[in-house]
Amino acid sequence: MSEDRAEMSEDGGESSSPSSATKPRGCDVSGGGDYLSPSADQVLDNVLDNVLLFLTSRRDRNAASLVSKSWWRAEALTREELFIGNCYAVSPRRVTERFRRVRAVTLKGKPRFADFNLMPPNWGAHFAPWVAAMGHRYRALEKLCLKRMRVKDEDLELLARSFPCFKELVLVCCDGFGTSGLAMVASKCRQLRVLDLTEDDVIDDEVDWISCFPEGETSLESLIFDCVDCLIDFEALEQLVTRSPSLKKLRLNRYVNIGQLYRLMIQAPQLTHLGTGSFSPSEIVAQGDQEPDYVSAFAACRSLVCLSGFREITSDYLPAIYPVCANLTSLNFSYANISAEQLIPVIRHCHKLQILWVLDSVCDEGLHAVAATCKDLRELRVFPVDAREDGEAPVSDVGLLAISEGCSKLQSILYFCQRMTNAAVIAMSKNCPDIVVFRLCIMGRHQPDHITDEPMDEGFGAIVKNCKKLTRLAVSGLLTDRAFSYIGQYGKLVRTLSVAFAGNSDMGLKYVLEGCPRLQKLEIRDSPFGDSALHSGLHHYYNMRFLWMSSCKLTRQGCKEIAQRLPRLVVEVINGSEEDEMEDDFFDVLYMYRSLEGPRADAPRFVTIL
Amino acid sequence: MEKPMSYESEDHLNLKATELRLGLPGRDESDKQSSPSAKNNKRTSPEMEGVLYAENEEQDCTPPPKAQVVGWPPVRSYRKNCFQPKKIEADASGVYVKVSMDGAPYLRKIDLNVYKSYPELLKALENMFKCTIGVYSERDGYDGSDYAPIYEDKDGDWMLVGDVPWDMFSTSCKRMRIMKGSEAKGLGCL
Repeated sequence: MSEDRAEMSEDGGESSSPSSATKPRGCDVSGGGDYLSPSADQVLDNVLDNVLLFLTSRRDRNAASLVSKSWWRAEALTREELFIGNCYAVSPRRVTERFRRVRAVTLKGKPRFADFNLMPPNWGAHFAPWVAAMGHRYRALEKLCLKRMRVKDEDLELLARSFPCFKELVLVCCDGFGTSGLAMVASKCRQLRVLDLTEDDVIDDEVDWISCFPEGETSLESLIFDCVDCLIDFEALEQLVTRSPSLKKLRLNRYVNIGQLYRLMIQAPQLTHLGTGSFSPSEIVAQGDQEPDYVSAFAACRSLVCLSGFREITSDYLPAIYPVCANLTSLNFSYANISAEQLIPVIRHCHKLQILWVLDSVCDEGLHAVAATCKDLRELRVFPVDAREDGEAPVSDVGLLAISEGCSKLQSILYFCQRMTNAAVIAMSKNCPDIVVFRLCIMGRHQPDHITDEPMDEGFGAIVKNCKKLTRLAVSGLLTDRAFSYIGQYGKLVRTLSVAFAGNSDMGLKYVLEGCPRLQKLEIRDSPFGDSALHSGLHHYYNMRFLWMSSCKLTRQGCKEIAQRLPRLVVEVINGSEEDEMEDDFFDVLYMYRSLEGPRADAPRFVTIL
Repeated sequence: MEKPMSYESEDHLNLKATELRLGLPGRDESDKQSSPSAKNNKRTSPEMEGVLYAENEEQDCTPPPKAQVVGWPPVRSYRKNCFQPKKIEADASGVYVKVSMDGAPYLRKIDLNVYKSYPELLKALENMFKCTIGVYSERDGYDGSDYAPIYEDKDGDWMLVGDVPWDMFSTSCKRMRIMKGSEAKGLGCL
């Protein structure tokens, strides 16, 4: 069991390490020799507390907590921000007992592949036990960020009642709550500064939550609700914006039309981040009314740096945004089905752009225009309008090559396409040495290089070899074990790897597990990796946040052996369909993760913990 | 999970064995193309996919669309569901047209593509504006009705709705107005 200690805290990604809870290491300052008087001890402790306050990085804090018992104690008392990458790795009770003065918590739940319907929805990641525990112990809590958690209205109500100083709520990819829960937060969190809802699945209870904000001036700085797909009371929203002088970020949902957007913008020219709602007119227009001067409304927003929305865009109105283009650092057109012709007049002005999200409707030609102007581009995401395997995708290797030639500072790319070549990927690896995140999705399974007909091994190999800062990689297309040997050989900093429909044999997975010491998160689907490959990662699983393997060649017995060898690993085998009985050997998903708590008590019927 | 045995249960007549069919022997036609629907959580296993492709190559020149696989490509469903086919914009001289009615404070906007004929359009207008437009006649227009619909065409001229064939109307109409019947009588003189 002693090797657990070093291995489980190595990553620094988890806030609590089992070792510190059990035995001290190294010299114990407070134990000291005879000549140290008690008061000197206290001085040392005070000094320590004050010094540790400056440590913000959780990795540094984890390291500091291992020095000695008193360091452990001091660190636990001074840690204000908690990051829990897997809500099942540690229990709410253990966390709240160790860390007493927490003001900010980040909590993550479901694995990412659950987003793609690969397992039934009621898997777990319930916020309820966490809010209950924190409600008791963390009365001073100010900030909460949840990702992929199941949050109920009752949980939001408890949150709103429990934390009198609560200021920031950020929910990303969460579900289980509705507008009633939002109404609770709006009405009871009197010091609320930030309410950010991003990509959540919000139930429409038809509660007018916008009207629930209290009267009088608010401290709102950020109100992001573009994913809340419910009608809102516009008058209430307008009044809210009017009485929120600190509001800097506002992202509207698609039920706000462009006429309403105008009214909000003239109330809030101080905005820095704007999500424009539908960006098209309502169907009812008062007769005789002139169209508002949208251009001047945008021109008045001199601080605007981030633009998004355009949920049901009427492209005639696009020129209205020209006045702000030159200042934009972030532009999200990923809901706007616009052509190259429509993009080009806009993008031409966007010299400072660092982040761009678009749909592939802009075609390779649109990407050429991006490459020509956006020399400072750091992040590009190209989403498909037609997300089917055999659809037509108007972007290809041509667009990728153009981007690589124009945007040498690129750090992060997500690119969906139907046709790709090794040459374009190799070119990107050489032209964009700063790449940290490379996610290429060739939508047709097992698609080779469309010109040479070869596997995409060399392209991805070049990425891991030439992009020396690479930490996140998602591969696709026709890939042999050779691609994985490259990843194992060169991908020394890779933390997150996503694999689908790739590889020939167990060797593929072995290369990765044996070659990538920093690997934290590994998600694999539909690839021919079996028990022997799984076995080859035994030395490493305690260092990882999780491993996901679905529709591979694993057997239940093979997984069981892992569970037996590594007692601190929770090994879940999951049936893909809630209704079916779990047959003896067959399962759809293996999801395993390190944990201090052992098998969770809230596992649903379709989950078996080995 | 194989093989309806119905053929083989017929006494000595092993009809299935002598059945002429395309495809690999030993596989039943009925379990090809499984689980394309999004609701079904089951997905084709890698082995089955191989067989599917092999079969397809044997059969005919136009391969059937690949069975859609669950969760692939990895686009979250709210993004997949977002896109309606691109709206045909107003550069085609009037698919979305504004409609005003005398005496009403607000305009409405309608999509002419939704309607296939004049009766459909007129009925919709009657519903929308709670008025009676009546029946068109070539000779008298909408005589006798409380209201008459007119439209502005590509050339900027105001015409009576119903005079030209529907297709010509729907591509040349830029906007519409529902005029009071008393004023409409004047059009007869033009």
